[in-house]
Amino acid sequence: MWMGILLAVLGLGAGIVIGFNIPMVLPQDYAKYMSVAALAALDSVFGGIRAAMEEKFNHGIFVSGFFSNALLAAGLTFIGDRLGIDLYLAAVVAFGVRLFQNLAIIRRYILKHKIK
Amino acid sequence: MKFKSVYWILLLVGLIMGLILALQFRVTREIIRNAPPQERTAALYQELEESRENREVLQRRVYELRDRLDQSVAGPELANMKVELDRVRQLAGMTTIEGPGVEVTLNDNPNVLPPGQDPNNFVLHDEDVLSVLNELKAAGARAVAINDQRIISTTEVRCIGPTILLNKNQRLSPPFVISALGDPDTLTNSLKMINGVVDSLQLWGIQVDIKKVDKVKIPAYSGTLTYNYAKPK
Repeated sequence: MWMGILLAVLGLGAGIVIGFNIPMVLPQDYAKYMSVAALAALDSVFGGIRAAMEEKFNHGIFVSGFFSNALLAAGLTFIGDRLGIDLYLAAVVAFGVRLFQNLAIIRRYILKHKIK
Repeated sequence: MKFKSVYWILLLVGLIMGLILALQFRVTREIIRNAPPQERTAALYQELEESRENREVLQRRVYELRDRLDQSVAGPELANMKVELDRVRQLAGMTTIEGPGVEVTLNDNPNVLPPGQDPNNFVLHDEDVLSVLNELKAAGARAVAINDQRIISTTEVRCIGPTILLNKNQRLSPPFVISALGDPDTLTNSLKMINGVVDSLQLWGIQVDIKKVDKVKIPAYSGTLTYNYAKPK
């Protein structure tokens, strides 16, 4: 458990370092898709943390949800742009709501454990 | 196997998550930096407002000037100016005019030249023509032409060999017919004064013939008139 958290934080730090130092910068036209994908990924991560706390963490569900949610959100935004619909709003609202729900559940678990 | 695949997955997800967040952060910072700042927008807006006001002022001026133009076209000012222009053109010799006057014909001495005499004394000279012209003007001639060449303020009478030159490029040869518009009696009398112009010309045997006419036609000046140096004050 602690090993997993350590590795995840390690990966996050390495990713941030790499992201700030690679010479390539994403074209600004794609920034919108990237932002929605980031939101979806963030939601998946919090979902994974929540599942781990509930002790029903399944790494298959976690990793498939992480990638498919990110890609789906970006793809939805892309299609919405082509159709003239602000579909990214749907992604933002859906993932935003879930994000806050996950955070709330995580908070409750942490409080419960401390009280114990 | 101690190192489970779960850990690999966690490492990978963390890596990707960090990468995405970092990239997104950089792109957003870039966008903010490239966006037109507030001050620039405000300045442009102000410029636009100024230009708009300027245009309004100019537009009003256009309307004002147009109104004035309409008024002057419709009003008596233009008619007055036309009359003035006609009058000035007439004074300047730019129009053909008619009226009573005299016709003075000058010609060389018809007699055979006596031997030993200077032939220059028996032919017409530019000075002879000039003296007749001068006398006519002094007597009140209002328009003068020599051989249908209008005499205007800039006209010269120059000797060019056997001919005389008028208005820069008009060569005239005898006989010269000087038409003058004015009171026929006064003009005739002033030419025929004792010891006057006609007397002194006839002394040299030059033929002078003065004819009073009721209607003498003085043509308009046909050349161009340019003032390169003179400027109205």
